[in-house]
Amino acid sequence: MDVLRHPESTGREPFEVVVARHGAVVLRVCRAVVGPDAADDAWSETFLSALRAWPSLPPGSDVRAWLVTIAHRKAVDAHRAAVRRPTPTDVLPERGGDLLGDWRADLWEAVGELPGKQRRCVAYHHLAGLPWAEVAALVGGSEAAARRAGADGVRALRRRWFEQEAPSTTAREEER
Amino acid sequence: MSATRERLDGAAGEEAALARLADGLARRAEDEDLLDVAYRTLDTPVGTLLLAGTVAGLVRVAYDCEDHDAVLQSLAERVSPRVLRAPARLDAVAGELEEYFAGTRTAFDVPLDLRLAAGFRRSVVEALPRIAFGATASYTQVAALTGSPGAVRAVGTACARNPLPVVVPCHRVVRSDGSPGQYVGGAAAKVSLLALEARRG
Repeated sequence: MDVLRHPESTGREPFEVVVARHGAVVLRVCRAVVGPDAADDAWSETFLSALRAWPSLPPGSDVRAWLVTIAHRKAVDAHRAAVRRPTPTDVLPERGGDLLGDWRADLWEAVGELPGKQRRCVAYHHLAGLPWAEVAALVGGSEAAARRAGADGVRALRRRWFEQEAPSTTAREEER
Repeated sequence: MSATRERLDGAAGEEAALARLADGLARRAEDEDLLDVAYRTLDTPVGTLLLAGTVAGLVRVAYDCEDHDAVLQSLAERVSPRVLRAPARLDAVAGELEEYFAGTRTAFDVPLDLRLAAGFRRSVVEALPRIAFGATASYTQVAALTGSPGAVRAVGTACARNPLPVVVPCHRVVRSDGSPGQYVGGAAAKVSLLALEARRG
């Protein structure tokens, strides 16, 4: 994952370049962290904030990590503002055949059902490519704890999503 | 993990979603006074033009051969890095340019932001619109227009670095022998603009 990270040297690039380069990753992180319905708003708030601060970002900053940090703060704010959380259901979402869009929707639901810390650790490390130390700085706790939460999240996702035959109640109980 | 990522990357419709979100971002940036430089491109008979505007007015017109990415980078450094593709602010000038290339407009009346032309270059840029549509002037004549008759070479430099070609008509400045001479958009574009104006004018 780290090979995908590239240092960017300037806060003086046209902001359009930032949107083009990082828009997709930030959208995936938002979908994973706040769910597909609230993701568009989270993306817009993140980039609007980033645009405001862009001229004063120190040169040499890791722009992707900076954007993910803003997205994280926006998600925390939205949560504190009592935006409803995704409610876990006892019924697993149906796999919608072979259509790309259908199984993608499934995945977002599965990610949305992970406990908050696991969900964020999976999003920030596996989707955004942040090193575990930076993930830990965002979600709180130690690097090892972040790593564990991420591993637990991925394991839960595999169970629910890759092995849909497995009884869902068992999977959920194992986590508790 | 790579399987997870692969599925996520499969993103049907993600590009469409991102295009919609980017449009929304540009609108909100404009509403909240964060859109320091808006830009769009326009296809014309002399190639694709980049149009960039600040809140004060049109700040840059650039030909393909100037490298649009490089021009945007330069705008980020010289004006502000808050640069977004945002067509709305450039609608008026794009409409006037379309009319100009269609032969139904002989002058532009959109607000101009001349901050990229300083000192003597700015005097030249301000003098150029006095050369009427369909007419031409020599570098010597433009030097006289600016009140610095000896500054013929500097007029040449100022024309070559005109930040607003087409709209500010540096293409109407030709050599004393009447041949077109050099142009920021290439000699062919200059000939083409002069021919367009000759037909209409």
